[in-house]
Amino acid sequence: MPALPLDEAGKYVAAAYIVFVGLILVYVAIMAAKLQRIDRELGELAKIAERTRSRDG
Amino acid sequence: MKVPSLRVQSAATVAIIVTAFALVFFYAPLDADQGFIQKIFYLHVPLAICALGGFVVAAVHAIRYLRSRDPVHDARAYVAIHLSVIFGVAVLITGSIWARASWGKWWVWDEPTLVSFLIVFLLYATYYPLRYAIEDRDRQARYASVFAIMAGAFVPLNFAAVRLAEPLVHPRVFATANGGLPGDMRLTFLICLAGMALLWLTLVRFELAAKSASARLARLRRALEGESAPAQRSRIAPAVPPRTVSS
Repeated sequence: MPALPLDEAGKYVAAAYIVFVGLILVYVAIMAAKLQRIDRELGELAKIAERTRSRDG
Repeated sequence: MKVPSLRVQSAATVAIIVTAFALVFFYAPLDADQGFIQKIFYLHVPLAICALGGFVVAAVHAIRYLRSRDPVHDARAYVAIHLSVIFGVAVLITGSIWARASWGKWWVWDEPTLVSFLIVFLLYATYYPLRYAIEDRDRQARYASVFAIMAGAFVPLNFAAVRLAEPLVHPRVFATANGGLPGDMRLTFLICLAGMALLWLTLVRFELAAKSASARLARLRRALEGESAPAQRSRIAPAVPPRTVSS
């Protein structure tokens, strides 16, 4: 098959690179959500630790 | 050797990938045969090499798990397969886009390279149900390790078999009669490959760090709330000891 003209090839090339960037962004967003959950749980545990310390001491 | 911090490694990954993509579009010449569409090659091939390499790395960690029974190796094998499957999705989609532009079809079923990669991908897609089906953590890790070793051994065998297969529509980059890629294309390709490999490694470390933090949090919760507190953990993902995040 002959090479596609630039205007037609451009959309395929753009699509491939956008798919790559999109996948990485989705992965990073999922990881960020996980880290947010860890941060929230850490806050809860800090409150529990403070309550326990004030009750004991 | 001192392992760089995750922050430094992430910055280096972004810098190399941005440089690599700049080289793809502003330095590497247009391919005489395929023209501009060949730019997908600099994304698709490094992704495929990293995905397949990642499966082999997972097999090595699985062997180390079976030898030592250290759960950190099981975790590393799990994360390596996880990231390689994600890279595999990107390989299949970018390859399909390239095939549509070059051959006029989204997929060619009689092309050994495409079909063999799909087989490897589907094989590894069964890794998750395998882990999910087993409740007991030790058995889960053992069975998953055996799977990772068998499947990991299949990857280079499959690669060699496909290279020997004829006829091939899929281009061969480093084995053509005229010596493969010209210098500037080769340099661009190697920088893209380095960028993708670093991205894979950074994401592996990132995920291991997140799993390690989760495990530490669960231990802390049990210590504060007493052993009666319900253990909040995934049934599929292995428990990661908090001591290391590097792969």
